[in-house]
Parts: sequence; C-alpha cells; structure tokens
Amino acid sequence: MTEKRFTQDHEWVELSGDIATIGISNFAQDQLGDIVSIEFPTINSKFKQKDAMAIVDSVKASSDIYCPMDGTIIEVNENLEDHPELINKSPYDQGWILKLKVSDISQFENLMTQQQYEKFVGENKG
Amino acid sequence: MRTPFFENHVKLGAKIVDFHGWDMPLQYSGILDEQKAVRSNAGLFDISHMGRFRITGETSEDCIQNLITNDISEITENQAIYSPMCNEEGRIIDDVIVSKIAQDEFLIVVNSSNIKKDFEWIQRHLDGNKLKDETQKVALLALQGPKAQAIIEKHTSEITKLKPFHFMKAKLHGQDCMISRTGYTGEDGFEIFFDSSNSILWEKLLSDGQIFGIKPAGLGARDILRLEAGMMLYGNDIDESVTPLDAPLKWAVKFEKNFIGKNALERNEPQKRLVGFEIVGSKRVARQNDQIIYEGKSVGRVTSGTFSPTLGKSIGFCYVPPYMQFGQDIQILIGGKNYDAKLRSTRFYKK
Repeated sequence: MTEKRFTQDHEWVELSGDIATIGISNFAQDQLGDIVSIEFPTINSKFKQKDAMAIVDSVKASSDIYCPMDGTIIEVNENLEDHPELINKSPYDQGWILKLKVSDISQFENLMTQQQYEKFVGENKG
Repeated sequence: MRTPFFENHVKLGAKIVDFHGWDMPLQYSGILDEQKAVRSNAGLFDISHMGRFRITGETSEDCIQNLITNDISEITENQAIYSPMCNEEGRIIDDVIVSKIAQDEFLIVVNSSNIKKDFEWIQRHLDGNKLKDETQKVALLALQGPKAQAIIEKHTSEITKLKPFHFMKAKLHGQDCMISRTGYTGEDGFEIFFDSSNSILWEKLLSDGQIFGIKPAGLGARDILRLEAGMMLYGNDIDESVTPLDAPLKWAVKFEKNFIGKNALERNEPQKRLVGFEIVGSKRVARQNDQIIYEGKSVGRVTSGTFSPTLGKSIGFCYVPPYMQFGQDIQILIGGKNYDAKLRSTRFYKK
C-alpha cells in the first residue's frame, strides 16, 4: 500500500512519482456529515500549498479543500459529481478528490504520517 | 437541559448538539438516510424541547384570540390551529400551534428558543386566566411519514378517522396520550403528547415501527424536511424584525377579528418578502446570510438553505424586494462567488 500523509486541514495525499492523489480523511468526512456536492478547480490550474482549491458542501456546512503541496491540477474525480456520497463511504479509495502534478516532492516529507495525524486528531477532538 | 429521551439518543449513537440550551440529537444513522426514511416510511423525532403552555380560564379563548393573528373561533374542541403571535408593531414574537382541549382550556406549543419570552408575553395578556409551563411535565414525540398511521393503527383504529389539525386521546402501550395529526415535515404524521414519566414510549414506538422501516430522526433531517415543505423556522426565516405579511404567512392573519398588532399590519406596506429559491447549474448549498444579487447589487439575503435530496437541487428561502416575482433569475453570493438561481414558491415538496 502506498503511504498516505496528512495535513492539519484533514486532507490526505498519496504520492506516486510526482503525481499526488488527494482526498479528505475519514475524520473530516465524519465531521462534515453527508456530503451533497463538490466544486472542483479547473484542470491545469496551479495552486500553492495551503491555497483553497475545491469546496465540499455537506448537509451541515461548506468546507474548503486546501492544496497540500504546490502543483498543477491534472485530473478530478468526476464520479463525485453524481455520487458525492463516495467521499463519506470510501474517503481513502473511491472518494479521492483530485490529482496534482507536484512541483516540489520534498513537501511530502513535511506532512504528517498516519500515526502523527491520528495523534493530532485525537488531541483536537477533546 | 435534557429531554426524557436523552439516554435513548445516546444509546442509539446519536450526535448530540446544543440547541437553544437543550442537548438534542442532530443525527443518528445520517441526515440524508433519516430524511429518506421519513419521506418513504417513517421517522420518530424527539421534539420535547419545544415549549408547551396550558392556558385555562373562563375567558381563555378571548385571551388567545387577542394573542394570535389566526382566528381561534374557526376551530372547535379537539382541533388545532397554526398562527403567528405578533407584538404591537405586527412583528412576529413566535409562531405557535394552539390546541383547543376544552371551551376553557388550550395547549400552546411554542419554539424552544422562545419559551421564556413567550411565557412572559402571554402572562402580560392573560386577563385573569391561568398560564402554566408544562414543557418539563409533558413529553412530545413526532411520528412522521407515510407509514405513521399504520404504526398507530395497531393501537387504535380510530386514528384513520383523525383529520389533519385534529387530535384525539388514545392509549399507546397502556399510556395515556394525546395524538394530533400535525407535523413539520410535509408528510402525513402525528405529534404525540404524554406524561414525561412514560419515556418508555420512545423505544416502544421504534419497535412498533420496525417492520415499516421506521428510523429515529434528528434535527438535521427535520430541517431539510421542513424546508422542502416550505415551513418557516423561527430565528432563521422569521423573527421580530419581520411581519407575517413579509413572510408567506398572510393566510394565517385574519383581519376580520381583533389581535395584538392588527392596526400596525393594516397600515403596513411590506418592504420585503420571503420566497423560495433554487440554485441552477450547481449543487453548492447557500447558507444563512448569503447575499441575493440582482443586477450586480445585493437586494436581499438567504435565511435558510439546504440541499434537497427529494428534488436533487440546492434550495432555500430568502428575503427579496416585494416587486420580485417567482421565476425571477437572480444570483446568490456563496463564498465569494456568484451562483445562478431562480426565485420560486416556498412549497418545494407536496406529498
């Protein structure tokens, strides 16, 4: 299994070469509740780390998805347009959100490991 | 504060939120799942956080007639009526449901956010009648959905004859209940009043409804259901800054009778009106206070917004200038970006 890294804004990243697949964590989808829509950025748009690049709307709130690493959007999960609930049902697999061609793969190392993220979430729950 | 069913909610794994000082279930299995259960089968809601007042006395009907804009003389015993309750300026203090228990006895259900304010207001206009807050003493559950009647019918076949906005007395699992054919979901259904000590009824009704696909349903599903059905939520859509004529509640204002606020409402020229909207070409959800944009200018604001699973569209209510008609194209500013939308009636869903 490919290693996942996490941001403090609850995105996850998997890196394969210089292509990053991005989604939101199980904790994030649970906090948001049922997701009803997603607004993607356009293909080829460029983002810096921590830029807001997509928006998910749940039955409870709207939430920005932040770019975890500098890069260019190369693909979005169009399946989510008709089935946004996949983010709830399968946040780490079928619910992936978009793919990014990253410009600096060293940024991956600065993201939290699964273990660090779980600790982070545990502390932020209380 | 907690209702008699708080432990039941926790046991069912509900997400609990603070709602005007009450620890209430936001959701159990999921907001959309519960919404669907109510539209297709049945849902059970704990609404014991709503205020229940009893008014008794020889002139209690006159007292209520003065307090509400709707006409209490239109109903007889065992019937209920919806009405705004206004201040002298014709602005909405609350919207309530009044049940006529007897010639000299009425039960008023008020919004949980307004319990204290309403009690004080009513007390000032009692005119020698008695007012009692029974919110803690009386439990209140809402059983809503197309299968609601079948669930109650097992206990009393009389329920099939009960008309909308009528109520009857019945025993459910040996407990004395008052069952009214009312609700806040746009579906057929009942609101069931009983003594708070009989909290076992929550579990009993859920198990009665099991074969019909009943689900416990929380505040999240309730909000979507009432929005789809075009029902106002006090504090969001209506409050003391608006009159029933600004909101689509003119039907519940009867100028042939007297009531507090009548003079002001007769002179009133509405400056804005509440209408429904649906977002076109996007499923982004508009939220409370998002701006309504027309010809590049802000002309109003969203009061409630949600995604309607029944329509598959993002919908809501907003205030716009009174000249704007249904069908009008507008835009809504959501998170710094304009989205196309269309004004329409607030009745998004009719069963």
